[in-house]
Amino acid sequence: MEKNQHFEYVLRWADHSLILGQRLAEWCGHGPVLEEDIALTNISLDLIGQARSLLTYAGEVEGKRRDEDQLAFFRDVVDYRNPLLVEQKNGHFGDTIARQLFSDHYLFLIYDALSQSKDEQLRAIAEKSLKEVAYHRKHSSDWVVRLGDGTEESKEKIQESINSLWMYTGELFEMDEINHAALNSGIGVDLEKIKDLWKRNIAEVLDAATLTMPEDGWMQTGGKIGTHSEHLGYLLAEMQHIPRMHPEAKW
Amino acid sequence: MSHKHVGSLHAADAEMAISNARDVYTRRQEGVSIWAVPSESITASSPSDKEAFFDPAEDKVYRHPTFYDLPDELEHM
Repeated sequence: MEKNQHFEYVLRWADHSLILGQRLAEWCGHGPVLEEDIALTNISLDLIGQARSLLTYAGEVEGKRRDEDQLAFFRDVVDYRNPLLVEQKNGHFGDTIARQLFSDHYLFLIYDALSQSKDEQLRAIAEKSLKEVAYHRKHSSDWVVRLGDGTEESKEKIQESINSLWMYTGELFEMDEINHAALNSGIGVDLEKIKDLWKRNIAEVLDAATLTMPEDGWMQTGGKIGTHSEHLGYLLAEMQHIPRMHPEAKW
Repeated sequence: MSHKHVGSLHAADAEMAISNARDVYTRRQEGVSIWAVPSESITASSPSDKEAFFDPAEDKVYRHPTFYDLPDELEHM
């Protein structure tokens, strides 16, 4: 696998966690109850921790002396490689939980598969992250069941959240040139295989929640190659403006 | 292994109580096991009974088994 492809491949996982972590951090101080506020920010910090390891490693692979901060704070929208799903706005609590359900089940399968990667560093990061994501998955699945099998209003709302975010799930499983190169060199994951497992797991949760699994329709795509929705620009502006204003600042 | 009270929280049911307790009270590696009990199931002694309940034990040193030699294999004493 070429160095540049390797870099891009690691960067995709790094950006997935970084952007989702930043999004979830917006819940800090706004959670529906104190306990859930802490739960969401715990998950946010887990994701940002994963992003730090992955960004640091991506910088090493690239070999241009960019560290985690350089990569997180000094890239623009078009250089971000996260899927569109994770940059979507938090919306109401159900919207956030539906997004988490899709991403948590996805990352669990990804990290589980990356635990077999021939890339030693990626494997070590995946093994550590797997335990964290196992809890995230339980957290969002439990909530989807509660909301789906809850009141009439909560059921209607969570079903709507699931339906409206469904079009962002197709991109998660697209295999492009970089994915194939990573797979063929024993570093990466077969997203086609993951897709079936993911769908089965999501169907199981939705079934327990008395919710309906959406039909596959037209799917949004572009995040993995840097074509993002306008939401990402605002997210990056908030995340990046202080380091850009004070690039040499130290804690 | 002794469990100790670390705090109270809100939850809709028992399972959520365990998750919330994990999130709120074990973030700094305090946890290896969690018990959650609904507060309505707890009967507590009254603070005004404190002296009558606990002070009389103060001068009964003979109740501590410190006058015995215990074999090393005996743990958790």
